Amino acid sequence: MRQASLFDSGDARDTTRETTRDTTRDITKDNSTDQSLPWQHSHTNLNEHQSVSFYPDFSSWYSAALHCLQAKLPPGAAWWSEDRTTKQITRKNTVRIQPEFQQKAHAASCHSGSDRWALLYSLLWRLHHTEPQLMELAGDPEVAKLHRYAKAVSRDVHKMKAFVRFRKVEDEIPRYVAWFEPQHFIIEYAAPFFKRRFANMHWSILSPVGCAHWEAGGELWFSDAVEQRFAPAADQFEDAWRVYYKSIFNPARLKTTAMQSEMPKKYWKNLPEAQEIPSLVASAQSRTREMIAQQKDQDTLRCGRRPSSPDQQIVQQLQQVTPVSLQSLQLQASLCQDCPQGDVATQTVFGNGPENARIMIVGEQPGDQEDLHGKPFVGPAGKVLRAALMRAGIEAEDCYLTNAVKHFGFVPRGKKRIHKRPEASVVSVCGQWLKQEMELVNPEVVIYLGTTAATTAFGSQVKIQRDRGRLIAKDGRQHLITIHPSSVLRIPRGPAQQKAYLGFINDLKLSVSFAEVVE
Amino acid sequence: MNTIEKLAILADAAKYDASCASSGSSKRNSLSSHGIGSTEGSGICHAYAPDGRCISLLKVLLTNFCIYECAYCINRNSSNTQRARFSVDEVVNLTLDFYRRNYIEGLFLSSGVIRNPDYTMEQLVEVARSLREDHDFRGYIHLKTIPDADGELLTNAGKYADRLSINVELPSQVALENLAPEKSHRTIKLSMARIRARRQETVAEQTRQKIISNLTPKKNTAPKFAPAGQSTQMIIGAEPSSDVSILQMSTHLYASYELKRVYYSAFSPIEDAPTTLPSVSAPLVREHRLYQSDWLMRFYGFNASELVSEEQGGMLDLQIDPKLSWALRHRHHFPVDLNTASREMLLRVPGLGVKTITKILKIRRWQSIKLSDLIALRASVKRALPFIVCTGYKPIEADYSSERLRAMFVPPPEQQQQQLQLAL
Repeated sequence: MRQASLFDSGDARDTTRETTRDTTRDITKDNSTDQSLPWQHSHTNLNEHQSVSFYPDFSSWYSAALHCLQAKLPPGAAWWSEDRTTKQITRKNTVRIQPEFQQKAHAASCHSGSDRWALLYSLLWRLHHTEPQLMELAGDPEVAKLHRYAKAVSRDVHKMKAFVRFRKVEDEIPRYVAWFEPQHFIIEYAAPFFKRRFANMHWSILSPVGCAHWEAGGELWFSDAVEQRFAPAADQFEDAWRVYYKSIFNPARLKTTAMQSEMPKKYWKNLPEAQEIPSLVASAQSRTREMIAQQKDQDTLRCGRRPSSPDQQIVQQLQQVTPVSLQSLQLQASLCQDCPQGDVATQTVFGNGPENARIMIVGEQPGDQEDLHGKPFVGPAGKVLRAALMRAGIEAEDCYLTNAVKHFGFVPRGKKRIHKRPEASVVSVCGQWLKQEMELVNPEVVIYLGTTAATTAFGSQVKIQRDRGRLIAKDGRQHLITIHPSSVLRIPRGPAQQKAYLGFINDLKLSVSFAEVVE
Repeated sequence: MNTIEKLAILADAAKYDASCASSGSSKRNSLSSHGIGSTEGSGICHAYAPDGRCISLLKVLLTNFCIYECAYCINRNSSNTQRARFSVDEVVNLTLDFYRRNYIEGLFLSSGVIRNPDYTMEQLVEVARSLREDHDFRGYIHLKTIPDADGELLTNAGKYADRLSINVELPSQVALENLAPEKSHRTIKLSMARIRARRQETVAEQTRQKIISNLTPKKNTAPKFAPAGQSTQMIIGAEPSSDVSILQMSTHLYASYELKRVYYSAFSPIEDAPTTLPSVSAPLVREHRLYQSDWLMRFYGFNASELVSEEQGGMLDLQIDPKLSWALRHRHHFPVDLNTASREMLLRVPGLGVKTITKILKIRRWQSIKLSDLIALRASVKRALPFIVCTGYKPIEADYSSERLRAMFVPPPEQQQQQLQLAL
C-alpha cells in the first residue's frame, strides 16, 4: 500500500526535521562566545552587504536576527538567505522585544512574500534602535505591510482549520488523512491547533509545502511536501456529509456571492460537499416556486393533540385554587398587562410571605434581580432591608413583602437595565393588586418604603423626611413611613451612609414596639 | 429509515434556525483527555451553503414531530412534511463522525415538542450528556431550550452545553398569539431570565472559589453554566412589525438577559404553508440592515430610535446602510476631525470601524493623522471622505450635498434589481 509508507513511523520519520535538528551541529551555540557571527567571514566589513543564512522558520530567523541586531548590522546590509539543510536550536534571547511584534512577526514569517525576512528585520531594527513606539503607528508603510502579511497568514490558517477534510484510512489503527493546499507556509504554524483538537487520533495533513503528523500523543512531526496522489481519494462517510450539506441549504435564499466570498472556488476541488453546489444552485428557483405553490390550509393534526396555550394553562390553574386567596390573586396578576411596564418586564413579581402576617412591607417596584427571580426584595436593596429588619428584631420571614408596582420598570442601557421610577398612572393602575393583598393579609402594621409606596396610602402630599418614623392610625391599622433601603445604597460608604442605615433601623423598630404593645 | 435518510429530513427541518455561532466559549482542548474536540475562542465556519450561510455546527432536530401549531414553521402539527426521529445514539455518533473528519465545530440540537416540554428537553439534554460524559467530547454544543421546561433540566442543559437559546420568534406578543398560539413571550422571557440567573450564580460561585483557592492553592472546580451564553432569533416579515419595534425588542432583550446575539431571520416560504402567511419572502436586504443596526447598537453606541428615521414609518432605509443613513440625516455633526474627535464621535463616521478607530487613537498619540494613514489602515476611505477632516485634507462642501452623497452610495439600479431577485 503506497500510502502506508508515508505514515508508518519507521523510515519516514528519519527524514523529518525533528531528527535532522538533533544531528546538526549547533553553530549558533558554538560561536556564541565569539564576537563575529558564525555565518560571516570573519574579516568582512559590517557596513557592506552580509549574507545571513538561516533555516527558514521563525525561531531560526529570530535568533539569527538577534545576533545581527547585537552586531549592529543595519537592515539594508543584511541579505537573508534561506538554508534548508541546517536548523539551529533557538537560543534563549537576551534582547527584550515587544510581544506584539513577536506575535505578528511570527505570523508574517509564514507569508509567501520573498521580502518577508528583510521586512521583519527592518522593523526589528527600527523598534530596537530608533522607534520603540513603532507598533502603534499602524499607518507606517512597513508596519502596515507587517499587518497585511500577518493577516493574510492568519486568514490562510483560518481556512486551513475550516477546510481540512480528513479521510479515514482503515488500518490496524485508523488514521485520518487530509490533503490541503495552503497559500502560505503555514503547515507547521497551524499544526498545533489540530494536535489540541484531535489529541487522541492518528492523523496526517499532507500538502504541497510540507506535511504534519500526529500519533495520538508524543510530539507533532513534520515531513517534506508530497503530491496529492499520496492522499486517500475518498471516505464512505462523505455521503452523509453531502446529504447534510444539501439538506441544510435553504433554496428560498440563494446568495452565492456571499458563499463564494467565504468559500472561494479555489478550495472547492478538495471539499467533498462542493460538488453539490451547481445542482443546488440550478434547482433553487424551481424548488422555491414549488414551495409557494404548495401553500394551503390544513387543519388535520398529524402529531397528536395540541396543548393549551401558556395563558390558558394559568386560567385552568385558576379554576383549581380557592377563589378569593393570595394564590388565586397571584395567578391573576401573573397575566396582568394593564400598564406598559408589563410589556417589557419578565414577570409579575407578586408579594411573598405568610397569609396571616402581622407586618406588611411595601416597596416601590421590583428591580433587576427581583425581575429575574420572581420574588420581592432579593436584590441589593432587599439585602439591606433584611439586615435592617434583623437589627430591628423583626423576622423577615414573618413579614409579608410586596411592592406598590408589580412589574420592573427600566430603561435599557447596553447590557444593563437602569431602574426607572414608575409613573403615577402606573402606580394607580397597579394599586388594584396591593389593595387586594392588603385586604387578604389584613396586617396590623404596614411599613411603606419610600415615596412611591407611601403615596399608595397617603396620596401625593407625602414627604418622606417629614412623615417618616411615626405610627399613623388609618383604616383600622397602623401605618409607618420610612425611607427605601436603596436610598441607603446610593449614599457613598462612610458615616453618612451609616447614619441613614441606623435611621432606617430605628424607624423599623417602631413597628415592633407596636406589635409588642398589642400582644 | 436509516440514519442518513433521517439526517436528510431532520437537517432540512432545522435549517430555519439562523444561528451557527461556535465562538466565545471557555477555552479547552482534548490533550490529557480520552476524547476529541477543542474550543479556542473564535468560531470556525467549515463550509458555506449556496444560501450564503455558514455551516459550523451539525444543526439538526432530534425529531420533527411537534404538537405545537406555529404557522411559520415547517414542522408544525398539521404540516404534511415527512417526519422522523433520531435516537440519542444516532445523533451522538453522527456528531463524533463529522467532528473527527473536521466537518464541524460541534452540535446544534433542537427539537419539535413531543409529549410535553419536559420530556422533549430531557431527550436533548441526554444527547449532550452522552457526548460529554460517555465520549469526553470537548467540542461545541448548542442546545435549544424548550420554553416551559423544568428548571432542573435547564440546569443540566447549561452544565453540558456551551450555549443555550430560546427563540422569541416574533417581535410582538400579539403576533405570537396569532401565529404561534402555544408560545408566549411571557414564558419565553421567563426561561431567558432563568438562564441569566443561573449564569450569575455560577459566576458568583466561581469568584468565591477563586478567593478560596488563592488561600489554599487548589483548582477552581466550580461548574460552568453555558459559558458561551444565550441567544435568540426573530422571524422578520411574517407579520407587519416595524424595524424600530424589532430593534427596540432587541435592545430590551440585550439589556435584560445578557444575550450574546439576537438573530434575525427573513421569513421565507415553507412547503405546505398555511394561507395566513405571506407567500413571498421578506427581502434579505432588510435582514441585512437589521443585523447592521444591531451591530451599531452593540458596538457603536447607537440606539434604536436614532437608527430609524420617523419619515420612513419606522422602517430602515434599504438602499443605504444605517450608519450612512444616520450621517446623512445629521450633517451638522460632520465633518469630524480625525485628530481631535472623541472615540464616540469617530464611531459615528461612515467607513470607520471599531478596529480602525482604535488604531487611529494610537497613532494620534505620536503623530497627526493623514489620509495616507487611513489608506494604510484599509478603512473604506471613499465612504469616509465626505465626513472627515484630517491633516492635509478637508472635504469641499459643494461636492457633498446630502442628495448627491446619497446618490453616490445607492447601488445602481441593476444591482438593486439583483438584490431584489436575491430576496425572492
